[in-house]
Amino acid sequence: MSALHHLGVREAARRVRAGEVSSVELVRASLARIAAVEPQVGAFLTVCEAEALAAAEAIDRQVRSGQDAGPLAGVPIGVKDIICTAGVRTTAASRILEHFVPSYDATVVSRLRRAGAVIVGKLNCDEFAMGSSTENSALGVTRNPWDGERVPGGSSGGSAAAVAAREVPASLGTDTGGSIRLPASFCGVVGIRPTYGRVSRSGVIAYASSLDQVGPLARDVGDAALVLEVIAGHDPADSTASPAPVPSYGDVLGSGVSGMRIGLPKEYFVEGMQPEVAEAVQAAVRELERLGAVAEPVSLPHTEYAIATYYLIATAEASSNLARYDGVRYGLRTASGSSLGEMYERSRAAGFGPEVKRRIMLGTYALSAGYYDAYYLKAQQVRTLIRRDFEQAFARCDALVTPVAPTTAFRRGERIDDPLTMYLSDILTISVNLAGLPGLVVPCGIDRAGLPIGLQVIGKAFDEATMLRIGAAYEQASDWHRRSPLP
Amino acid sequence: MAITRDDVRRVAALARLRLEPAEEERLTTDLDHILEAFVLLQRLDTNAVPPMAHVDDFGARLRADEVLNPAADEPLLANAPARDGRLFRVPKIIE
Repeated sequence: MSALHHLGVREAARRVRAGEVSSVELVRASLARIAAVEPQVGAFLTVCEAEALAAAEAIDRQVRSGQDAGPLAGVPIGVKDIICTAGVRTTAASRILEHFVPSYDATVVSRLRRAGAVIVGKLNCDEFAMGSSTENSALGVTRNPWDGERVPGGSSGGSAAAVAAREVPASLGTDTGGSIRLPASFCGVVGIRPTYGRVSRSGVIAYASSLDQVGPLARDVGDAALVLEVIAGHDPADSTASPAPVPSYGDVLGSGVSGMRIGLPKEYFVEGMQPEVAEAVQAAVRELERLGAVAEPVSLPHTEYAIATYYLIATAEASSNLARYDGVRYGLRTASGSSLGEMYERSRAAGFGPEVKRRIMLGTYALSAGYYDAYYLKAQQVRTLIRRDFEQAFARCDALVTPVAPTTAFRRGERIDDPLTMYLSDILTISVNLAGLPGLVVPCGIDRAGLPIGLQVIGKAFDEATMLRIGAAYEQASDWHRRSPLP
Repeated sequence: MAITRDDVRRVAALARLRLEPAEEERLTTDLDHILEAFVLLQRLDTNAVPPMAHVDDFGARLRADEVLNPAADEPLLANAPARDGRLFRVPKIIE
């Protein structure tokens, strides 16, 4: 019983379908683990014990009656609190939604449930997914399970920490500028940011609509690939979700990398990068070459413009998306004095944290009359140039391999006072979102301070299969993903 | 200076955010600092470059105009800060 929380997704689901373990046992093990480690980790904002056990019992009844309970049968999963779960508080880690209870599930959540998964709780994140450390959460503190004085990364910090701490074998996060990949790297787990449009955004609280994507975090590539397969695919409720069919990722994972051309963008091995990060990534590339891949340098010349481009486009989109939080139909409403306008202004001022306000202000400014051309329009044009860089690189390569961040997990409080320094944490992840491409992170080392180092694989649009093959081949030849921070 | 305190006030009004003076001060400094860092975009010649608003090239996909999920009142009103029967209650809009 005590070892059950160590089971991965595929093994746990197999055992449930085979009747070897019940979903109730799995969920109880997860809840016990959560109770044991949460004081240290703080990954969850809400644990829905009663709902989870009821769902687990329903799965167990299905199994007993001989029905197929699904590819994720009985498996406990955590969901980033920016994704709506019917009847379960969903806050976006913001005071403005602190008591909000959605009346419907996001499409990704209903797909998880249909596949037999059991949602055990909602995971902490940066407020409205704006941040790189989860320090911008208004409702909780999440610590890196590898070192409690360090951040788990962000914005999906709770999603990564919960998997690293073995509270759940998989979780959902969102990635707008690196928010799955950075915490996956900092917490030593696998994370997938799918191609834009691969996964439905219906029911996902919007930050930047041309950049947001939901993706899985898990302990290995196979588990993450399975969760991706379950949540991906066309959705009539999301007009930006692609009608392209979803491959069976599991079928191709073991195909190896022989003859694959891997590009190494020289701009991603940045000046001032932590030497151990560069070394671990270079060692991983050599391993891939040993497995039969061919690595060559490529250039993504507009990389240095990516941060500015992202922080103008994302904040502009956010200023529009967050305009709905006005205290009228849901969310925080403060005492407003006499007028509707005052109610809007005071509710929003009281409900939004400082980083959210900063981004709304930046985005509103970039879109305002007189500034639109110089900032927003310009950024959109540079976005085209960034995308073209990738198109050119992919003319010669099947995938790109890079570090995830210039450093391993930084200390809590270290960057929070300087927004620009915090924004620079995203330098190696952000272009992927601007170009709409998929990215995978797998663990590839641990530094002298005992902190995980991640490897990023960037694929062509809708070619998650190649990216996952590379990650799986590397993972098979290494054992970083088996390391765990807590007993 | 890329952005002044007056700009911040104007933008705050557009964004329907009521800022304390200390916040205005802080935001002016922060936004100015950030915008100065973004000036580097002006180095690029983007004359012939089309803006990319969206990655999506799937084209507009329409569906039949039919109600698929009729709204039930209670779930939609359950999060209302103030309600009056089926209505959301707000401060007076029209004087």
